[in-house]
Amino acid sequence: MSWHAPRNLDEALALLAERPGLVPFAGGTDLMVGRQTPACGRQYLSLARLTVLRGVRETASGVAIGALTTMTEIGCHPYVCRDLPALAASARATGAIAIQNRATLAGNIMNGSPAADNPPALLAYGAEVVLMSAAGSRRVPYEDFHGGYKQTVCRPGEILTEILVPVPPPGARHYFRKVGARRAQAISKVSLAALLVGRPGSWECVRFGFASVAPIPILARTLAVAITGSDRGLPDDAELAIALSRDIMPRDDIRSTADYRRRVAMNLVREALAPWTRQGGSNASA
Amino acid sequence: MTVSCRFTVNGSPVYGHFAPMRRLLDVVRAECGLTATKEGCGEGECGSCAVLLDGALVNSCLVPIAEVDGREVTTLEGLRTDDPLFAAFAASGGTQCGICTPGMIMAARALLNDCPHPDLSEIRRALSGNLCRCTGYTGIYAAIRAAAGQGGE
Repeated sequence: MSWHAPRNLDEALALLAERPGLVPFAGGTDLMVGRQTPACGRQYLSLARLTVLRGVRETASGVAIGALTTMTEIGCHPYVCRDLPALAASARATGAIAIQNRATLAGNIMNGSPAADNPPALLAYGAEVVLMSAAGSRRVPYEDFHGGYKQTVCRPGEILTEILVPVPPPGARHYFRKVGARRAQAISKVSLAALLVGRPGSWECVRFGFASVAPIPILARTLAVAITGSDRGLPDDAELAIALSRDIMPRDDIRSTADYRRRVAMNLVREALAPWTRQGGSNASA
Repeated sequence: MTVSCRFTVNGSPVYGHFAPMRRLLDVVRAECGLTATKEGCGEGECGSCAVLLDGALVNSCLVPIAEVDGREVTTLEGLRTDDPLFAAFAASGGTQCGICTPGMIMAARALLNDCPHPDLSEIRRALSGNLCRCTGYTGIYAAIRAAAGQGGE
């Protein structure tokens, strides 16, 4: 077991280049739970002093969120609340206050859980992540980030430094809903974030990001095509359900069943689309 | 491997060499002898081990001591003895077996420091990471309202 606490990003990247097995330690709310498992022989790279990786800034095209920005900071940040309300909502639905004060956005991504709370909003918003190593940096669309269960495309020697989120146009519908056993401290049974811009017959953007319905957080592409490809209003529920069933692969586990998840996922899609079907519903910005 | 850490607990300086991944919870209880902070679940679910780290509520079971270097820790023992939450919890039936109580009071103190006059929904959200398995939450919420000077019981 060893612990490295570099003073700045250059020092951290140089250390990581030398010792690519170092496990980056951000808020620690997942890593501390697993610390007694066989992985306790791990060598950790504390990111705590890398203050440059913390905070939210506006860019020409959107909002850039530092890797170490906490759920508390994201949940009440004025840019995030104004431009990305579904992400503000998912940050506030992550664990509870004491977790939100420590847990970071990059940690939630890098932990790689298919049930993670913030990936659906990042998928809906079309976020990109910045991966940095001693050799340079690259940007990866978040929808391509997880190759499989608990996997990421992050290479040895790289750390996730920033999350870039384009700002949706005015009038967009921002939707987020997490369904779990209780409102706080739950791991989701199903959660959905959606970004919908336009209207039936002339959609500009239709993106549904789900958690807990597949081995990784997923963008429901078939569902989006079914909606944007229809020139006679919204597809009916049966058509939507068929499209959705091609995107998701829910399973039975300790938190729920595949059948329940399939049904709730469809209900959430209907709620997200409610403004165009006149069924009411809630908007994350409300 | 050990790391040297210098921090304060309830205003008193602490300096020592610790295994870096040792939990703040264990250091507070075993090294500082402050046993109000309780271990419930040990995985950040129950809030019994809640303390303030630089004034922010955290679960001390999820904070490795290496990350506490240079910081200020406040446990239940560090609150003012006349903190109105103590009398209010006793008067309102906000405590029974007592295991969750220190964490409940720390979560309530964190809330009242930021928001001296919370409404019920703010209280519920602030305590949503703290589980009580015996008295239930009604007395706890009433205690916090009373401590905030908003009646209750």
